[in-house]
Amino acid sequence: MSNIYYSQTHEYVRVDGNIGYVGITDYAQHALGNIVYVDMPEVDDDVTAGEEFGAVESVKAASDLISPVSGAVVEINEHLIDNPRLVNENAMENWIIKVELSDKSELDELLDEAAYKALCESESAH
Amino acid sequence: MAENKRTCLYDKHVALGALMSPFGGFDMPIQYEGITEEHNAVRNACGVFDVSHMGEVNISGADAEKYVNHIFTNDITNAPDGKIFYGMMLNEHGGVVDDLLVYKRGENNFLLVINASNIDKDVNWIRSHASGYDVEINHLSDELGELAIQGPESEKVMTEVLGINCADLTFYTFREEMLNGKHILVSRTGYTGEDGFEIYAEHDVIRKLWDELMESGRAVPCGLGCRDTLRFEVGLPLYGDELSDEITPIEAGLSIFVKLDKPEFIGRDVVMQQKADEPKRKLVGLELTDRAIPRHGYEVLDADGNVIGHVTTGYRGISVDKSIAMALIDARYAAKDTEVSVRIRKKTFPAHVTAKKFYKKSYKK
Repeated sequence: MSNIYYSQTHEYVRVDGNIGYVGITDYAQHALGNIVYVDMPEVDDDVTAGEEFGAVESVKAASDLISPVSGAVVEINEHLIDNPRLVNENAMENWIIKVELSDKSELDELLDEAAYKALCESESAH
Repeated sequence: MAENKRTCLYDKHVALGALMSPFGGFDMPIQYEGITEEHNAVRNACGVFDVSHMGEVNISGADAEKYVNHIFTNDITNAPDGKIFYGMMLNEHGGVVDDLLVYKRGENNFLLVINASNIDKDVNWIRSHASGYDVEINHLSDELGELAIQGPESEKVMTEVLGINCADLTFYTFREEMLNGKHILVSRTGYTGEDGFEIYAEHDVIRKLWDELMESGRAVPCGLGCRDTLRFEVGLPLYGDELSDEITPIEAGLSIFVKLDKPEFIGRDVVMQQKADEPKRKLVGLELTDRAIPRHGYEVLDADGNVIGHVTTGYRGISVDKSIAMALIDARYAAKDTEVSVRIRKKTFPAHVTAKKFYKKSYKK
C-alpha cells in the first residue's frame, strides 16, 4: 500500500505517520517548465484541503498551489527559496511544505497512483 | 467562439512540437524548447520568430503622405525612401488606437505594420478617417507573412544562410528586392533590444526561408513567450499591456514619438494639453527586493496600502536576475527610488521605482 496520495490539481501528499509532505507532481513540474519562484506559507500557518496555500511560478505564469490536506504547516522547504528549480529536477523528493495532518480521513478523497496516472493520460490526450 | 487564424507556418510549428496558444486572434507558438533557452539564444546568438500574425496596410495615392501624417504621431514629412518610423495612431481623446511602424516605400507610398490584435479595429479606423483624402488603402495582412531574425549573429545568418546581404542596412531602414524571383522587403528592425532584421514576403517565400533557417541550425526557433520577456527587459511597450485606447503616449513615456510641432494629427490637442499639465499617471519600472513575481494586473500600493496603480508587465527577468515590472501608477509616486509595494496574492512586497529599461539595448546603428 503506497503512502502517496494525489489531487486532481496535481499536488501530492506523502504521508509518514501524522505528517504529510506536500508538493507538486512530476507531471505538473513538466507542464509548468522552468520554475523560477515558489510562494510558500509560513510555519504555523494553517492550510485547508481544497484551498490555495501558495503558488509555483514559471517564466510565463503563476499557478496556484491547492492543499490536498488540512493541518498546520510545521516546516517549509527552505532550499526552494533560492533554488526553485529543484522542483524541476525531482518533484517528488523536493516537497514544498510539511503539514501536521488534522484529519487523516481526508486522504480517502484523494487519488491513488493508478487513478492519478489515468488522470494525467486523459489530460495529455487533449 | 470564432476559430483562431493560423499563420502560413502553423504546420511547421506543430511539427516542431511547439506549445501553441491563442494570441491576437491567431494560434501562435509560445515556446518550442523553453522560454529561457530561446530568450538566451536571441541575446547571445540568433533566433527566428514567426511574426506573420502582424498586420500590414499599404497607403498610396496623391495625399498619402498628408493622410499618414494626419493619423500618425511621428512626422514622416519629406522622409527619404527606405526610412522607417515608430509611432502611434491616437483617438480623439489622446488614447492609443495602436502603435505601429510606417515604412516609406516611395513618394506617397507607405506600408503600415500593425498589431495582430488590432487588425480589424485599425483597418476600420484607417478607412473611416480617409474621406477627403486622395488615397488608396490596401489591406495586405492575409497575403504577407513575416519573419523576425534577431540577435548579435543575425546579420551573418541573413547573409550566409539566406543569401540576403544586409550589411548596408542601418537601424530603422529597409530595402525591397527580388530573391530568387520573388519580392521581399527586409528591414533592420525588431522587438528584442538586439540587432536584427524583419522580412516581409508572400507565404511561399516565408515558408522557404523558414525551412532554410531550420536546416542550417543557425537560428533557434523562438516563440512569443521569449518575444515578450526580451521586449520587456529593454522597456519596449506591448499594446494591451502598456498601451491601450485609454492610455496616452505621454503617460506611457513615448513623447519622443509624438511630434507636437506637426500642424495637425488626430489626438494632438489632448496630448499637447496633457504634456503642458503633466500627466496624472506615468508608466514606470519597478524592482522588487524579494523573488516574488509581479504579474500583469497586480495592484501597486503606497506606504499606507492605498492602490496607486497596477502592473502592466512583470517577470523574473532572464537576462536580469531580478523580479521586475513595468507599472502604470499615480504620477506623484513616479520619481526614481520612490518606495512602493506590490500586492501578490495575499501578501505585499516592497518595491522601488526604477527606469523602464532593465537591460541595455544592443542595436547596430
